[in-house]
Amino acid sequence: MEEKELIPRLFRTEYRKIVSVLCYLFGIEHIEIAEDIVSDTFLSATELWSLKGIPENPTGWLYTVAKNKTKNYFKRHALFAKKLSAEIKYSSNGVEEIDIDLSVKSINDSQLAMIFTVCNPCISAESQIALALNLLCGFGIQEIADAFLTNKEVVYKRLNRAKEKLKIEKIRIEQPSPAEIDDRLNIVLITLYLLFSEGYYSTSQDTILRKDLCAEAMRLTYLLAENEPTNKPAVNALLSLMCFHSSRFEARINEEGETVLYSDQDTTLWNKDLIDKGIYYLNQASKGNKLSKYHFEAGIAYWHTHKEDTTEKWENILQLYNQLLQIEYSPIAALNRTFALAKANGKGKAIIEAEKLQLTDNHFYYSLLGYLYTDVDNEKALKHFKTALSLANSGADKAVIIKNIEGIYDTGKSH
Amino acid sequence: MDEFMLIFRRDHESKENQPSPEDMQASIKEWLDWKGSLAAQNKLVSSGNRLRPDGKVIKSDKMVINGPYAEIKEAIGGFIVIRARDYDEAVEMAKDCPVLRAPWSGSVEVRMLVSESNS
Repeated sequence: MEEKELIPRLFRTEYRKIVSVLCYLFGIEHIEIAEDIVSDTFLSATELWSLKGIPENPTGWLYTVAKNKTKNYFKRHALFAKKLSAEIKYSSNGVEEIDIDLSVKSINDSQLAMIFTVCNPCISAESQIALALNLLCGFGIQEIADAFLTNKEVVYKRLNRAKEKLKIEKIRIEQPSPAEIDDRLNIVLITLYLLFSEGYYSTSQDTILRKDLCAEAMRLTYLLAENEPTNKPAVNALLSLMCFHSSRFEARINEEGETVLYSDQDTTLWNKDLIDKGIYYLNQASKGNKLSKYHFEAGIAYWHTHKEDTTEKWENILQLYNQLLQIEYSPIAALNRTFALAKANGKGKAIIEAEKLQLTDNHFYYSLLGYLYTDVDNEKALKHFKTALSLANSGADKAVIIKNIEGIYDTGKSH
Repeated sequence: MDEFMLIFRRDHESKENQPSPEDMQASIKEWLDWKGSLAAQNKLVSSGNRLRPDGKVIKSDKMVINGPYAEIKEAIGGFIVIRARDYDEAVEMAKDCPVLRAPWSGSVEVRMLVSESNS
């Protein structure tokens, strides 16, 4: 592999690992030192590899250089090293004793601790995601800006404010105690869920970036599932949900980067391996006595891996939505529940329920009403679709609504 | 918006008024869909609980008797808490409750909860 391709790839996979280990070692107050050392390591790689060629073991080379740079930093900043060796329980016989452990286990432990640090409620959900992308996923500031459809300055400020806040609050980089784990894990899962959704539902046309966001959210969730203290039912349920959703990634976006509706998807593009993994983690998730919203969402996503429209499928989806809404209301879940009701109990009953929702600022609400009235009362259907069109913002949403309106006109002609 | 408790009562005693297991099974979906409907309107505050038909009653002299239903045949079978503008809306919502229909043919009592704002 060319060094031009290799370095960005290593940056994505190794930057976050070394940063995590160093942050874990240094503590939150010295987070920039850790970042500087690792950035400097990659800078050396760029300079030296282009002159002398790529070393035999590039990852090992990065680790060794990062370790040496850390030790040099300690030598130049003896006070810092002294303070550190007193804090961390290593025998303080000198700087050389401070062990920079870049083993797989140490990397995983450091990353797990960092997940809990980054997903701290003292900073906003948006900042948690940005910080997670930066420190846990090795995303550069430009990539984060692209993901959020914003500019570098905004991301840069957001990251710095978040880091400052973590320092002021003296958030420790550690995994929570068993007693706290459920509460803390809740917040982590919300962030990972948002990170995944950012990739899955993003309006960004950059398909590769969107896939990366989903993959990173899955990797971090997987890390939690593989770690005994955090291997909780809700973690497995979230991972299952992510597997089911991403199994349709190839099918739901066409070559032009446009969204393909579920009903129009080519099922041969669904990823069978991911569906199987989803089922596996859903089974793992059932080994507990508490059901989280992720359990219900994973259940719904499971039934969507069956393309056939059966009463059994829609009845199951309806009941899962009934339960999900009792745990956590959201307009989108209410709308989807009503769609499932139409499929399971018929359009007549669903129209009565849909009229009760009154989500009058939501274009999906009018699209749902339009769908329900189609072939029942096409005049009403048209009226609702036209309201939906006036409320929709994105071109993709408008295109779908226009298609529905044309569909009604076409059936009108054929009669 | 105020909160209202809907209390479901039905006859648990008379033999002729007890639903068959098939009737009960068929009614489960009605209950689930009704609660789902309230939740979809963001009007379900608490899914409440179902109560077992048996129970104890402690009188003021601390005498304990069996069964919660001393004078009337109907006993409380369960409750939920909903959110509604006023009694009229709460009553309209309660009218869809499956307990009012066969095989239960029971009743719903609607009671406004005392909150800080309306105490």
